[in-house]
Amino acid sequence: MSTPYAKLPAWADYGLIPLINLSVAFIVAGLVVVLVGENPFRAAVILVEGAFGKGTGIAFTLFYATTFIFTGLSVAVAAHCSLFNIGTEGQAYIGGLGIALVCLSLDSTLPWWLLFPLAIVASAAFGALWGFIPAYLQAKRGSHIVITTIMFNFIAASTMVYLLVGLLKPAGSQAPQTRNFVGGAELPKLNWVIELFGAKIRSAPLNICFLLALVMAFLVWLLIWRTKLGYEMRTYGHSPKAARYAGISETRIVLTAMMISGALAGMMALNPVMGDQHNVAIDFVSGAGYVGIAVALMGRLHPVGIVLAAILFGMLYQGGAELSFEMPSITRDMIVIIQGLVILFAGALEHMFRPYIQAIFASFSPKSVGMEAIKGKGA
Amino acid sequence: MDIFIAIVQILDSTIRLSVPLLLACLAGLYSERAGVFDIGLEGKMLVGAFAGASAAAVFHSAFIGLGMAILMSVAFAMVHGFASITHRGNQIVSGVAINFIAAGSTIMLGQAWFQQGGRTPALQPGERFEAIVWPGADAVRDVPILGPIYSELISGHSILVYIAFLMVPFTWWVLYRTRFGLRMRAVGENPAAVDTAGISVAWLRYRALICTGILTGIAGAYLSMVQNGGFVKDMTAGKGYIALAALIFAKWRPVNAMFACLLFGFLDAASIRLQGSPLPVIGKVPAQFMQALPYVLTVILLAGFIGKAIPPRAGGVPYVKER
Repeated sequence: MSTPYAKLPAWADYGLIPLINLSVAFIVAGLVVVLVGENPFRAAVILVEGAFGKGTGIAFTLFYATTFIFTGLSVAVAAHCSLFNIGTEGQAYIGGLGIALVCLSLDSTLPWWLLFPLAIVASAAFGALWGFIPAYLQAKRGSHIVITTIMFNFIAASTMVYLLVGLLKPAGSQAPQTRNFVGGAELPKLNWVIELFGAKIRSAPLNICFLLALVMAFLVWLLIWRTKLGYEMRTYGHSPKAARYAGISETRIVLTAMMISGALAGMMALNPVMGDQHNVAIDFVSGAGYVGIAVALMGRLHPVGIVLAAILFGMLYQGGAELSFEMPSITRDMIVIIQGLVILFAGALEHMFRPYIQAIFASFSPKSVGMEAIKGKGA
Repeated sequence: MDIFIAIVQILDSTIRLSVPLLLACLAGLYSERAGVFDIGLEGKMLVGAFAGASAAAVFHSAFIGLGMAILMSVAFAMVHGFASITHRGNQIVSGVAINFIAAGSTIMLGQAWFQQGGRTPALQPGERFEAIVWPGADAVRDVPILGPIYSELISGHSILVYIAFLMVPFTWWVLYRTRFGLRMRAVGENPAAVDTAGISVAWLRYRALICTGILTGIAGAYLSMVQNGGFVKDMTAGKGYIALAALIFAKWRPVNAMFACLLFGFLDAASIRLQGSPLPVIGKVPAQFMQALPYVLTVILLAGFIGKAIPPRAGGVPYVKER
């Protein structure tokens, strides 16, 4: 029994089915809007206008998207190795700790172009460490990575609360957060790029982390599809048995994949911490790690798909803020529902419509689901 | 004597705090023993809490509330079943999705229906489950040692508390003494064998998930209708995950589950009670450490450093009939 489903042409597999799944998710979300007594079509218009209507909206959309590209890539790298990293949230939180340590000690001495690389390394290292422990326990001690990473999210949260109400809090302050970073810890904004196109922007936090995210997306593509390590990871993800037979060390592959995943998660913290808030506060990740799961599933684990999905979720976050302003009965929690529906329909129920689509394809042209498709030619 | 009273009080709040964990943990036991991983316990509890509190507030009846909590929680369990049994989707992904949908929809519907910032109206006396005072509880209160134990620990809880603890022997009986339990355990270890015997794997797993839904519904109702007089947003606050940890800690066995939940409940009660005041030998223990302890213990257990937790073998794997 190899795969329970026959092959479809590539464009249907990577375009049509995700699109159908996504549409169903949004239709159900629309029903929820009806349930609270609002017009879903007007809600959609407000949402899209809020996200892309004005320059400030676009900048905010891309700012949120930056965060989700990092977490989406993080989930995807682990998923290629068939590891479900739910720990992105905690790894990003601990990544913030790395940034805090670098910024608190060096922010008044170094310029941003020296501090930023240091902060990248620190955040990646701390995130990777938080991914390393569950990976080690999975590879060496056989504990389930999903459960361990969930537990590590809570351990990370407790640790950070402990540090932020204690050691990292400046004396005499009540708020559970670090002091505000100054000078070099404030990253350059990218808003001028959008202003080149004639749009006006009132203080939006879009910053150079967006470019870093795009570079990372490219590097992840390079890693997964163009390197030996990526090939080994995909082999392991497809069949651990085959990987073992081919002499690929299970321990090494699991550890490397989870550390890369954790590093990407940790780097997510750069965007809100150094690009926007300029401090590390309690719960600054606020669920972005979990959004990463939705983004990775929607992007079908491919960096291009992830960037697009991240922009879509950035749009939902920014547009959702506008929406809750215009329609008070739709709170920002609508995004959480949509997120859940996307995970449900694009992830858990991804094969729901497949048999029907196959039947339709087969009735139009039997060849398209037959031998030629397997060779990769498509319909 | 003061220390004794303090201990009784801590144990009393241990019981109160471990009830939702226990119900959710037993709920998880049904589905995981049947081979369906369920990290959506948290979401189902939340839905139960919301449905229970809203129905109780609207219909002015605690029992209608409880019924609604169970109904909605089972409905969410069925979504999980539909995705992971019928469509053979990833069980973890489906559980994550359910947690999100529950977290978002309870707040949004609560805000739209009641306009109290995601809360439901405060429940009036007849709308929540009251404490049951056992006969003679007040009379023996002043008897040394046994008096406080009887009147504080055993008496004076709501009906859901007693249901939760009765569910432990009941679950044990179902699991080890009934045909359904035997088949359920088998389907979690080797579904192909059950299939060969002519029993529907899917239907068995669906029934296990219905049990899960019922129990998470009661757990949610306990949170919003006993512990709290109404629904507050995100009121499960990670209890579903602690229950999951307890389930692993208990090695998927009902009686162990009770002790694991009591332990985790005790940690919670102790950290509330201590509030940062120093302990005799160890000194001051940070509250965050006490909060993280259940998770740390579970990680250590899972890693096999104290005993070995071996999950049901077919857990997490969708069953595909050989053709």
